[in-house]
Amino acid sequence: MATLHTRHTARLMLSPAVIMLLAWMLIPLGMTLYFSLLRYNLLMPGTETFDGLENYVYFVTDPAFGAAIANTLLLVGGTLLITVVGGTFLAILLDQPFFGQGIVRLLTISPFFIMPTVSALVWKNMLMHPANGVFAWLATSLGFQPIDWLADAPLFSIILIVSWGWLPFATLIILTALQSLDSEQKEAAEIDGAGPVSIFFFITLPHLSRALTVVVLIETIFLLSVFAEILVTTNGGPGTASTNLTFLVFAQALLNYDAGAAAAGGIIAVILANIVAVFLIRMIGKNLEA
Amino acid sequence: MARAVTTQRKLVFTAIGWLIGILLFFPIFWTILTSFKTESEAIATPPSLLFFDWTLENYIEVNTRSDYLKHALNSVIIAFGSSLLGLLIAIPAAWSMAFSPSRHTKNVLMWMLSTKMLPPVGVLVPIYLLFRNTGLLDTLVGLVIVLMLINLPIIIWMLYTYFREIPGDILEAARMDGASLSREIVYILAPMATPGIASTLLLNIILAWNEAFWSLNLTAADAAPLTAFIASYSSPEGLFWAKLSAASTLAIAPILVLGWFSQKQLVRGLTFGAVK
Amino acid sequence: MGQIILENVSKSFGDAEIIPGVDLEVGDGEFVVFVGPSGCGKSTLLRLIAGLEDISGGRILIDGQDGTRLPPARRGLSMVFQSYALYPHMTVYRNIAFPLRMAKVDREEIDRKVRDAARILNLTDYLDRRPGQLSGGQRQRVAIGRAIVRQPKAFLFDEPLSNLDAALRVNMRLEISELHHSLATTMIYVTHDQIEAMTMADKIVVLNRGRIEQVGSPLELYRHPRNLFVAGFIGSPRMNLVTGAEAERRQAVTIGIRPEHVQLSTESGAWSGTVGVAEHLGSDTLLHVEVPGIGQVTARADGEFPVRHGDKVFLTPESERIHRFDENGEAL
Repeated sequence: MATLHTRHTARLMLSPAVIMLLAWMLIPLGMTLYFSLLRYNLLMPGTETFDGLENYVYFVTDPAFGAAIANTLLLVGGTLLITVVGGTFLAILLDQPFFGQGIVRLLTISPFFIMPTVSALVWKNMLMHPANGVFAWLATSLGFQPIDWLADAPLFSIILIVSWGWLPFATLIILTALQSLDSEQKEAAEIDGAGPVSIFFFITLPHLSRALTVVVLIETIFLLSVFAEILVTTNGGPGTASTNLTFLVFAQALLNYDAGAAAAGGIIAVILANIVAVFLIRMIGKNLEA
Repeated sequence: MARAVTTQRKLVFTAIGWLIGILLFFPIFWTILTSFKTESEAIATPPSLLFFDWTLENYIEVNTRSDYLKHALNSVIIAFGSSLLGLLIAIPAAWSMAFSPSRHTKNVLMWMLSTKMLPPVGVLVPIYLLFRNTGLLDTLVGLVIVLMLINLPIIIWMLYTYFREIPGDILEAARMDGASLSREIVYILAPMATPGIASTLLLNIILAWNEAFWSLNLTAADAAPLTAFIASYSSPEGLFWAKLSAASTLAIAPILVLGWFSQKQLVRGLTFGAVK
Repeated sequence: MGQIILENVSKSFGDAEIIPGVDLEVGDGEFVVFVGPSGCGKSTLLRLIAGLEDISGGRILIDGQDGTRLPPARRGLSMVFQSYALYPHMTVYRNIAFPLRMAKVDREEIDRKVRDAARILNLTDYLDRRPGQLSGGQRQRVAIGRAIVRQPKAFLFDEPLSNLDAALRVNMRLEISELHHSLATTMIYVTHDQIEAMTMADKIVVLNRGRIEQVGSPLELYRHPRNLFVAGFIGSPRMNLVTGAEAERRQAVTIGIRPEHVQLSTESGAWSGTVGVAEHLGSDTLLHVEVPGIGQVTARADGEFPVRHGDKVFLTPESERIHRFDENGEAL
């Protein structure tokens, strides 16, 4: 379909995007790498000295680092669990015919479109506030002591807030995959004598496996970088109870003004994300063949 | 699937569905409701559901006393600006990959997608410093550029998938009919791709509007969009829930509505085609 | 006016040589059909003539001018695509008018020409509809109308009837042939259906894996196929090809005899065999007969021939109709 004429223009038309993304990738990342090898305090520019891998050692041996990694994994894992399991159930629910289904669908996907600062503040103040929040009121009406969510269970609260926001994403993806399942397959299974549970496990779930994998991989990429919700609710605290890797790097850079350590942390975050990205790229690549 | 579903089963699912829908939507509903309460009413226990003095005072105050309008305008400029700029660069790129593919096309596409997977903290330090030294910190231009770059892979990807759905022989027919390349794009490609381009624009406006990493770290009083502005309510003085709710409702309402219309685009754009 | 000459035209995609080197002459006003199995390169050849693909080697002369480097728009050719490739967002009128708009013809003349073409193709009532609202046959005609309206030097058809159902295909075949008679313009037509080729062509080009196997009129190809490939490709049902003793007896490696040239008898004949499948069409009868020592032979008889599966039957090939082929598959 391409002649020489079109092939040249095509390359020309592709170049701005490629150049920009290349620059975006290489230059800042290269600089981060460079900074990670310097002792660089943002408040004292011009006093940078080469430090080798000191920053990495400092960053990794900081007790906050261990906590941050653990929290990151918990945050990602917890959110994945809630959104994938919840999303599957929701998707199955929305796949059933019932009255007002369209509106319910709009209701359930809404959380995804709320900006994270708004959702975090709403949850922090009006729902989770230990004195005047709705949860507190519910607890006392049922005879329980209200929980100070963000003080006593900060990471869990944040997982809740983030999951609320991402549940619609998982639901929509799984629902799309569910509805692409050829009804004839299910009908054939029924004729072969399978009950609804068997149909779910032997036909529906395998078909969904691909969508589920995509949801897990894509959510992981984004969840590694949860930031706004933490900044606006707990600021990583109490102590480092709700600090994840992203927040730790931010704190080093813009609160401690330690650019070198922050850069080292940034590189570590990139490596972590790359591991997941490799799997995701492979999955997408397979789809491009299709 | 032409078998009758029993009404009983339908009713059961209706109850479950509505219950879950209401529960999930509750925080949003509560915010909108609170925005119409007075501050003392907003923190009252037990919380009131319907019977209170509805007031518009919060909306009035948000619009007059604070810089709400300025930050709303910032959000609009940033969201539209970065999306339109992205389209400008992405349309030719997606065109060339969809209609003049080479054996590198697939690799280029996947590489582009991989740039989206870069955690922003990985480049926080250099970008922050770069912006500080070039005066781009706390400017709309700076943020537009950054948001355009982080969403460019998605824009290109979505346009690519939409362009691929246009049958190649229609463009060849245009070529046989005497159309030069530019006329081919203007008269044939663009009209056929318009729905796809609009969908891509829609999704990206939503993503840019809600972006909350760079908009928090690269802006201050001048260029802060609504994401950052609302964040400033996190450590305020005095009673503020009702005002927070009003500001929040105004900030989320347009995107919420847009989002309701963009479900399909969401799936296409954010799963990179891995789910059909 | 519409003479097209291909001089040693070759095409490679990367390392794969699709068309090794083809020489062909299409005379002005001729209806030439490129025919061959899938993958033989017939569509590629057509697209090379159209300018939609670059030639790797050789020249294409259109009306004596070297058109090898010209883009499609400037070759003065029109193409009808297999999927019609109509512009879905434009009405029938604007679809047909498009090439004229590109040529910057003035509005009144565009209107006249479009309505003319619509009249010839019975599309006048549909001018305001969009392609999505038309049937397959109507879309076909819009595609043809769009091609006609430019008054090109030659028409290129890329398997235009493949997407139509059988009955419609027969009708459209006739319409295209009639169109050719009334317009007297050169037409190059690509198809995998040898019946279309035989019924419509002035000249048939049989292609196999990028090479031209034979060029000739339909009857020429029917009576004197140059090799085994052409012999087996042209003619339906397929020519019977026999090797072994029967071929040796006639000083050949392979002999061929068309089913319609095999005489059937229930009493006597050169070969005797058992009927496998009997197809009774009413107008003729096709028998697939198992002949020991030879294999399966297909024979055709006019009218009805009442035999059934398992019956014994005698076959006699008409000796003047036997084709002989050597060890390379060439005709003797």
